[in-house]
Amino acid sequence: MELANIFIKSIFIDNMIFAYFLGMCSFLAVSKSVKTAVGLGAAVIFVLTITVPINYLLDTYILRAGALQWLGSSYKDIDLSFLSYIMFIAVIAAMVQLVEMVVERFSPALYSSLGIFLPLIAVNCAILGGSLFMQQKDFSTITESVVYGFGSGIGWLLAIVALASIREKISYSNVPEPLKGLGITFIITGLMAIAFMSFMGIKL
Amino acid sequence: MADKEGLFSKKNINLLKDPLNDNNPITVQVLGICSALAVTVQLKPAIVMAISVMVVVAASNVIVSSLRNLIPNRVRIIVQLVIVAALVILVDLTLKAYAYDISKQLSVFVGLIITNCIVMGRLEAFALANKPWASFLDGIGNGAGYGLILVVVSFFRELLGSGKLMGFEILGHKAKTIAESTGLYAIGYENNGFMLLAPMALIVVGIYIWIQRSFNSKLIEI
Repeated sequence: MELANIFIKSIFIDNMIFAYFLGMCSFLAVSKSVKTAVGLGAAVIFVLTITVPINYLLDTYILRAGALQWLGSSYKDIDLSFLSYIMFIAVIAAMVQLVEMVVERFSPALYSSLGIFLPLIAVNCAILGGSLFMQQKDFSTITESVVYGFGSGIGWLLAIVALASIREKISYSNVPEPLKGLGITFIITGLMAIAFMSFMGIKL
Repeated sequence: MADKEGLFSKKNINLLKDPLNDNNPITVQVLGICSALAVTVQLKPAIVMAISVMVVVAASNVIVSSLRNLIPNRVRIIVQLVIVAALVILVDLTLKAYAYDISKQLSVFVGLIITNCIVMGRLEAFALANKPWASFLDGIGNGAGYGLILVVVSFFRELLGSGKLMGFEILGHKAKTIAESTGLYAIGYENNGFMLLAPMALIVVGIYIWIQRSFNSKLIEI
């Protein structure tokens, strides 16, 4: 597969939010202003770009059936793929903890505005989903997995920034009182998802 | 004094009751949306999912709350994830043993309870700062609040999308021609297949929030 192909596909066609509905919790809660949305989106891109290749290496050299062959021929029948959930989540949690410390150190304002949702990136389904889809897609080189992780992150950033801009605009509109805030956000996301369904089935 | 507090004091009852309405995990705290969208096509898997989540939230709340003074703050996420992952594996194996068909239907979503934001959210926001019994009630309450939304959403999606409830055809049987159909289908009723697609789950939850907040005006955001 070409790299550009993987990149475009992971942004639009396999968009984490609109095609798979992964990472909705933080998507809905942190999309009140464009600035915070960009901050969280950047954090997601960063974590995805790092964890997908690391998990790719783990999968290729340790977990997959026959992956331990480099240790010697007596290991070639070992299949550790049942461990992949727990290995992936451990890598992700460690990376998120690192990002959390870096953000807290260099940008306290962003740290306090992200609040509980920074630690929750660890359980953001988009991150674990990225690694699990990577496992399914059988990439042949590590570069492809880097591009895939980066592209999925960009797709997530685009989606959250788009929603945040709509929400900033809609705060001036006359929405029925009980629907204000979260309710209308759900409905907007539903409509955006219907629009994104038009990308489905496009072959590059 | 905390020791004098009864097991079901007013404060503890509120821990159970609040998540059902005033502090619902999905419609107010915005946690656990992904699985709520994915498993609500039919009622039965939704109920099983709700019970599994309730068990995992309550059990992990108790464990983390008992260990809260031992877990170093910096590595708490990893510790929590390992505890949750172990509990999810237990739930997964139990489902496979006693409800094999449904566990096959739920497939990856049981595994995805690990990344269900409700579990981590309650651990971070409640269990790390409260005693085990209160955390247990908080877990049960939030699991029930999550289950409530799942049941309501899947009720409408299954009823309008495929005309069934729990797998029973309650709107009548749909055959190839109108003449052979029974019930509502005999007068030309059609299922709304769009209800089975994921975007409709978002819209149904949005409408639920609308109705909930019309009756509960203190939840309205300004």
